[in-house]
Parts: sequence; structure tokens; C-alpha cells
Amino acid sequence: MSGLREVAGAVRHVDVLVVGAGPAGLAAAARLAAAGTRRVEVLDREQQAGGVPRHCAHGGFGPWLHPLTGPAYARLLTRAAVRAGAVVRTGVTALDWAGPSTLTAVGRGGPETIEARAVVLATGARERPRTARLVPGTRPAGVYTTGELQQAVHLYGQRIGSRAVVIGAEEVSYAAADTVRAAGAEVVAMVTDLPQAQVSPGRALNARLRQGIPLLTDAMVDELVGRGRLSAVRLRHHDGRTTVLRCDIAVFTGDFVPERELARRGDLVLDAGTRGPAVDGGLHTSRPGVFAVGSVLHPAESAATAAREGAHAADAVRRRLTGDAWPTGVPLTVAAPLRWIAPNRVTPADELPYVLRTTISLHRPVLQVTQDDRLLHRSRSLRTALPNRTVTLTASWTHRVDAGGGPVRVTVA
Amino acid sequence: MTVTARGALPSTPYDVTVVGAGVVGCAIARELARHPRLRVALVEAQDDVGQGTSKANTAILHTGFDATPGSLEARLVREGSRRLAAFAAESGIPVEPVGALLVAWDEEQRAALPRLAEKAERNGYRAAQLLDAAQLYAREPHLGAGALGALHVPGESIICPWTTTLAYATQAVLHGVDLHLNSAVQQVNRPEGAHLLTTDRGTLRTRCLINAAGLHADTLDRDLGHHDFTVTPRRGQLLVFDKFARSLVRHILLPVPTALGKGVLVTPTVYGNVLLGPTAEDLDDKRATASTADGVALLREKGRRILPALLDEEVTAVYAGLRAATEHDDYRITAHPSQAYVTVGGIRSTGLTASLAIAAHVTELLADTGLALGPERELEPVRMPNLGEAFPRPYQLAELIDADPEYGTLVCHCERVSRGEIRDALAAVIPPNSLDGLRRRTRARSGRCQGFHCGAAVRALFEEGQR
Repeated sequence: MSGLREVAGAVRHVDVLVVGAGPAGLAAAARLAAAGTRRVEVLDREQQAGGVPRHCAHGGFGPWLHPLTGPAYARLLTRAAVRAGAVVRTGVTALDWAGPSTLTAVGRGGPETIEARAVVLATGARERPRTARLVPGTRPAGVYTTGELQQAVHLYGQRIGSRAVVIGAEEVSYAAADTVRAAGAEVVAMVTDLPQAQVSPGRALNARLRQGIPLLTDAMVDELVGRGRLSAVRLRHHDGRTTVLRCDIAVFTGDFVPERELARRGDLVLDAGTRGPAVDGGLHTSRPGVFAVGSVLHPAESAATAAREGAHAADAVRRRLTGDAWPTGVPLTVAAPLRWIAPNRVTPADELPYVLRTTISLHRPVLQVTQDDRLLHRSRSLRTALPNRTVTLTASWTHRVDAGGGPVRVTVA
Repeated sequence: MTVTARGALPSTPYDVTVVGAGVVGCAIARELARHPRLRVALVEAQDDVGQGTSKANTAILHTGFDATPGSLEARLVREGSRRLAAFAAESGIPVEPVGALLVAWDEEQRAALPRLAEKAERNGYRAAQLLDAAQLYAREPHLGAGALGALHVPGESIICPWTTTLAYATQAVLHGVDLHLNSAVQQVNRPEGAHLLTTDRGTLRTRCLINAAGLHADTLDRDLGHHDFTVTPRRGQLLVFDKFARSLVRHILLPVPTALGKGVLVTPTVYGNVLLGPTAEDLDDKRATASTADGVALLREKGRRILPALLDEEVTAVYAGLRAATEHDDYRITAHPSQAYVTVGGIRSTGLTASLAIAAHVTELLADTGLALGPERELEPVRMPNLGEAFPRPYQLAELIDADPEYGTLVCHCERVSRGEIRDALAAVIPPNSLDGLRRRTRARSGRCQGFHCGAAVRALFEEGQR
């Protein structure tokens, strides 16, 4: 085999290498190139740039005055990056690290090694499939995540079956239900182990009353049934009852996790809550020269949040290229019932607003920020905080952080 | 070259028909393919080879150190292990000689280790070595607290069971064996000195019959008037952990066998995952391949003790296999010369390791039934696609991608499967008849995302290939 061994070609140099051409990566590249950074290169392992919006046929993307569908938004972001002067390369997979800010990659042209002055990880998130959720039963066909379902229906026009159970009742779950219906199939039920849907009352009511989709709360999937093809799912309700729903499609929605393979291979410090790389408000990871943006930091926020973050990171990347020191910051943690916060390190200069998640429903919670028993900030949310929905926190208090102090904690008062 | 999955079976009679294209049946068909004058059929109920017990095992190439000395199984495992190691090297089946550690977690188990070392010697295996706790933890730093010592068996290896079965079948078909899929045998009659098999796809005539029907071997045996054994399916549920877990474990971590059975093991796989299992549940239903909440919970509890950090990683597959357990302690391989019939029953988890030796043994028995095997030839080697992480995969080979850029275009990102590999699998001697078949041949969509990213694209390639 000696002649066929791995041969990485000569090392190529760029100023900024962005991994992932979704909203966050494209926005970062566009802003960097527009600001005059010369060699900005974006890699994406898919054949088309755009990330998850590529297969979100529904609207709600882009500026609210000019709403776009996901695919249109993906094209808009790609065009903007390319027009600004960034190189967007698709069908190229970043494989591993070959130096502090050097990556190996492979594509149709073969293996390559790219050394950058700064690397931006924008690798996104995905839903956890049935296996990771440890759902027992047989292993039949017809079991999807929303991501696979949307691609099957909207990108490939594949037949999916006729009767679907959608597991989850958050935004992405309702999008999955729409995709099932767009494919001409029926949604037999939506199922959540929480006591209520995690979307606006209007959206939940529309699905239940106008589309006739029952929502089963306080219930989880206990078993998948079917040989070859899915024939039913068995549910277990919190009170111990079980229900069998006949169906040939099961869509496991939500339960997002970061795509963090490169972060782990690079030994980046990860946040225990988000499970993505730990970053400060300037999107600096623990590895000097390596930034992270988008859903890999907070699985999963909207495309708009990801794009905003990409643009914000561009400024920090520019400062890095002109020789600014790598900030350290202090850890930013949450206490139960909060689940995670991102960014999850903080420096006094940080300005990016924070996103959080809660594990239980909280009516207009009061969030309190403290460091070493010193109160830095306290504010009441105007809305009820629901699991799987964004809770935001301003960054107006960061200048009070003692950069040499202990961890900063966010708690519910 | 004949592989059929539909339509009527050929009407011309075969000299030998092997029922069951599991790892044992495929090995036997391959062995018979050495004899060019024989017309051989391999008949399988499912739509692919290796679909029963063969696809859901713990993927270990054993040394046979713990077999019952003097048994047929001990001899065939020892001999098969050598043969399979050589065949794997020749055909590119991934094998990693990681070695095994039998870990003792209490005094009773520690006391059993010297006896196991002696048993290994009686089985002709002399490299086993006792380790104290310090030596054990030096070898396995992530092992859970409380282990007292271990028996190190350096010769135990991990192997790709799926590629092994497919390599046997491919080589058999390339040398003239007819493989008939989707052909469940419903009944066997023996009018006028030949066997008449009634299958889902019509009848098939054959002079000699080999029963390698695995879980159903007892049913077929009864059709021919024998009541030598009963197969009780023993379900083994297994969890496969994400590749991130691979660095947590270096050896196959075997439990010390006790009166309560063989117990749960943790082992790396050649694909770079970590496997935890199996459970052992005796059942009546030969189709009960569902995993259960209780089984998964039990495995996680055991896994937490053996390798605590394992539980922090995600599970990428949960599966259950049925072992063809019988009431006997040994394999049940019996020739019935008057019926030109050989039954190959009770092949347990060691069957993968022993498969080539079983095949040679069965062929000898067949000759004893009076069948003239005719001249013998060497088989042309086959070269299988590499699914092993310890060996270069196509995406890592610059020259290969230079010659064909399809090997640089990755479709399944978690497992780094290229479009070239999927294309090759669809055009192979034994092509897949389902997406699962394609998955087993390429690893496409067996990774952590389970198709979130690539599922639709892989299906599109498969459906294009079917047209």
C-alpha cells in the first residue's frame, strides 16, 4: 500500500479560513472581505453553500421587511460573501488540525492543507437521532430527523410514506409537520414529554384546530415497532399509560447538538451546558487564533442570530489579524433550572447579547448576574421562558466584570 | 456469475445446495467453489447475505483460549482463527489485533483467572498472562475503579464481521456459486434420491443438502426426520458508541465467565466505535430482534462500571441479535450419508472465527456422504473495500482521488464515505438490495448523525443505482 499512502500536498496560506458555509460562516466571511481582509476562504462539505436554510422551504428568513424562504436566504448570503470577495468552496471537507490554525481538508481535488492566520469554526448543529435518544424497538425504515426529512422532501422529492408521528413540539417540530403535509402525508399526532407546546399559542392552535393535528403532552416514545418498515410507535405517558399510534413515519425533531468534531479534535475547551466550544463575547475559543460562531455554540438558534454573530466575530478576527492579544476572560455559568448560556466566557469588553435555555417553564423570570457574591445585573424578562425557546440577556453589565475575579453566574432569582 | 433476488429459481438441479447465507453458509459455499465440477447453490431467506445472527455479533476474532478443551468447537475455533486471519490479510478485511483483558471485579473472579490461564494452555494458547491491578490500569487508564486484576490474552482481535461474510459470498459467486436471495425454504422433500426444496421463489432440486440455516436449522433438520437439537434464540442487545469514545479503550474488555454466563463486554470496533454488550435473554420468538428499555438500561449500568466515561458519549446504534443457542455445549455438525445431507447447527458466537474451519470440516463430511468433489483449484483472491479506521480509507488516498475525484467527494460526513465508494458498492458482485445493505457495505449513514446530513442524498444515490 506504500504508494497509496496519504499524501497531503503543499501547505496553502490564507488570512481567514471559515469552516462551514451556513448563515454564521457566510456572514463572517462577507463582513471580513467587505472590511478589506484579503484572503478569506469558506469551506463547506456539502455541494451547495447555505447550511440548514438550504432545505427549510418555509419562510421567515432574512430581514422582516423582505421575508425570504430558507433557500432564497441561503443564496442571498452566499452571493453577499462572494460579492464581497470571499472564496466559497463547496464539496470540501475539513478533516483535522495540522497545526495551531492549520487544517487538512479533502475534496474532488484531493487532500490539501490550509494554514490560516485565523480560523472561524461555523460547523452548525444537528438534531439527535433516535439512537442517541436510546429509543428501543426494531430498526425499521421511515425514521427521520427534521433535517433528513426536509432534504428528502424539499431537495430530492422523495416519497416518505403516509402517516407520520412528529416527536417534539417546538418550532422545528411544527416545521417538520409542515414538511410532512407538503409531501402529501398526514400528521397523526405530535408528541412532547413536556406539559405544553413550546411555540407561540397561535402556532400551536393553528396546528391543532385548523390542521387537526392532535398534540399529546407529557408523553414520550417508548418503542418503535415494525419489521422492514415502521408500522407503529408506542408512547408512554407520564401517568404510566401506554398508547400505540399506527404510523409509517416517525420524525425525531429538536434536541439539537453542536457539530463539534473539529472542536474536539482540536482539544478546544467545551462548555458543559451547550456542549459546543466555550467562547467569550468576541467569539474567541480557548485556542488562540480560532473563533467559533453560530449554532455550534448554541444548538440551535435562528439563522438571524447566527448571521449576526458571524458579523460580530468578523470584528474580533480583524483585531486579531492586526496583532491584538488573545483575551482570556472568566467562565460564565448558569444554575438550574437554566440549562445553558452562550457565550459562556466573559470579558469586560463584551457587547454581544446572551442566549440562554431553561429546562422548565418560568413565568417572567428575574435573571440575576453575580461574580464572587457581587451583583452585576438584575432584570425581569417580559415573556414566559419555555424550554427549547430562546431566553435573552443583555450584555450591558459586562464592564462591571472583574477580569481577574471568579466565574460569573447567572441565576433565576 | 449469478446472484438473483426475484423470479423463479432455476429448474436444473444442483449438486450441492447450502441453505443459509450467514457467515457459516457463505464460508461453506466458498469452500465448495474450489471444486469447479460441482454445481453449487447458496439459498438465503433474506434480501442479503449475513442478515441473521452474523450481522449482530460482537465482532471478535477469537483465539479460542476459553473453549472447552477437546470439543469440536475448540478445534474449529483454533484452526478457523488462523485461517481467517490469513484470509482477512489477503482480502482486505479489517482486523486489529488489540488483545483482550478479562477483568476481575471481585475476589471470586480474581480467583478464577489462573484457572482460565490453565484452560488457555490446554487449548494450545500459551501467550495469556496474569496482570495485577496496577498493570491493568496502566494498560487501561479509563477503566472504572475497583478492578482487581486481569488475564491478558494478546491474540484476541477485532474484525469486520460484515465484510467477512460478504467476502466469502463474493468469492463464491465469482467462482460459480449461484446465490439466490429472498428464497426462504418452507419445506424439504426427498423423492427419488434428490432433495426438493420448496421456497418463496418456487422449487429447487439438489443432490446434496447442507443445512446452515442458523436460527432455523432445527426446523429444517426436523423436515428431514432428525430431532438432534432445538434452537432457543438468545437475544443479545448491543450499544454502539460514537467514535469519540474510541480513545477510552485499548483492548477488548471481557468479563470473567461465571456460573451466570459470559456477561457484558466493552470492545473497540474496527470502524473506530466502542461496543457495549451483549445482554443474554433466552426467548421463543426467532424474530425478536427489537431492543428493549430494560436491556438498554442494563447495558448502561454495566458500562458505567467498566468504563464510566463511555456513558458521556452518544450512542450511534442500538441493535439486537439472536444467537442460535441449543441445549448442547458444542457445535452440532452431523453428516447423514443416506440422505446426502449435512447439518451445521448450534453455531454460537464463535461461528465467525471458526467459519473457514467449519467449511473445511463440512466439505470433508460431504465427501464422506459419497459425493465426488472432483478436482480442486486455488481461488482467485478478492479485494474488499476497507471500512476499517486503522487502514487508509479512500478519502485519505491522494493518488486514488487523483485518478477518480469521486473518492474525494464525501457524501456521508460522519463516516467519511465518498460517492465513489457508494457507486462501487452499487456495482459490486453482490449489490445491496436496501439502504441498510448499502450501509453495511459502505458505513454510509451509520455515524453520529444517522442521516440528518446525508440520509436523503444517500437514498437518492441508491435509488439512482437501482434504476
